[in-house]
Amino acid sequence: MANLKEIRTRIVSVKSTRQITNAMKMVSAAKLRKAQNAILQLRPYAKKMHEILSHVSDVSEGDIDNMYSEKRKEEKVLILLVSSNRGLCGAFNANVSKKVIEVIKSKYQNLFDNNNVDLYTIGKKAGDVLKGKSFEMNGSFDEIYDDLTYEKVAVIAEDLMKMFADKKYDKIDIIYNRFKNASVQIITHETILPVTADETEQNGTGDYIFEPDLNYILENLMPESIKVNLFAAILDSNAAEQGARMTAMHKATDNASELIKDLTLSYNKARQASITSEILEITAGAEALNN
Amino acid sequence: MYLEIVTPEKTLFSGEVVHIKVPGSDGSFGIMKNHAAVISVLQKGILEFTDENEKVQTFEINGGVVEVLDNNIVVLAK
Repeated sequence: MANLKEIRTRIVSVKSTRQITNAMKMVSAAKLRKAQNAILQLRPYAKKMHEILSHVSDVSEGDIDNMYSEKRKEEKVLILLVSSNRGLCGAFNANVSKKVIEVIKSKYQNLFDNNNVDLYTIGKKAGDVLKGKSFEMNGSFDEIYDDLTYEKVAVIAEDLMKMFADKKYDKIDIIYNRFKNASVQIITHETILPVTADETEQNGTGDYIFEPDLNYILENLMPESIKVNLFAAILDSNAAEQGARMTAMHKATDNASELIKDLTLSYNKARQASITSEILEITAGAEALNN
Repeated sequence: MYLEIVTPEKTLFSGEVVHIKVPGSDGSFGIMKNHAAVISVLQKGILEFTDENEKVQTFEINGGVVEVLDNNIVVLAK
């Protein structure tokens, strides 16, 4: 049995660990609330944007001629990995890197073998994991999390649109964790470019006046909608990250409490054993004197 | 006539209005009750509207889109 002092130091150290994980849990909970609010604020905008875009494409009868919706033969593909800059959030980042490998294997194996799949990271962690598996990262937008605003994301989206328009890439995919609730993240794989017009139900509201004209509106709306989609994905991932961290830290705190309970038990046992043996020694000594 | 002004970060305004003036890409134009359905691109400028209580409010926008349909006006501002 370990001696008393050893156990005591362990109890103290586990207690301070528990304090840290508990504090991190609280911080994540606060950040999660903020991140969730940001998503809720964006939703009306994203919804209206889709409505207007679908009204416009209803009128143009689906054949949108736009440089961002042009489907080309996939010769060079870019995959964006949205993870986090910080760890201690359970399987959050590992899920992203796992999904990337799966997507590459199932969809882009040929392109990948010929070095035609590029990977960009938004958030360091998934990239770090993949680098360990000798994948190459071709670029990053990791600093976005320092100040997550629409303007910053819009700049990234413009970079991406430019790369697509210049035919540097024929397709741009994104892999991120979608926020379902604090403890559930759904790993999601979507295509951001080219834009695919989603099938909308005709609601017979065709008589719009377009100012200045249809094409001009599309040219303006398309990039905006791409930006919104990217922003939504990053916000989602941000909320999911906080949720994952909160859950992970909650579990860590629970485990620490459990450990403290066990340690206290063995501490008390050891204490009792030492008291018993001390009494035995004293009585034995007294006996010896009497005889 | 119901007006909603939304930005990616929040909903700036939603409520009944009697008149609204927006900076369209081909010049500013006003919208009153029963306006025909319009979708228009907006440029940087001042958006001005008069609410139910005859109070005039203004917002500065950096561009965006406006949709008018059946007395519902949606402004997506940047």
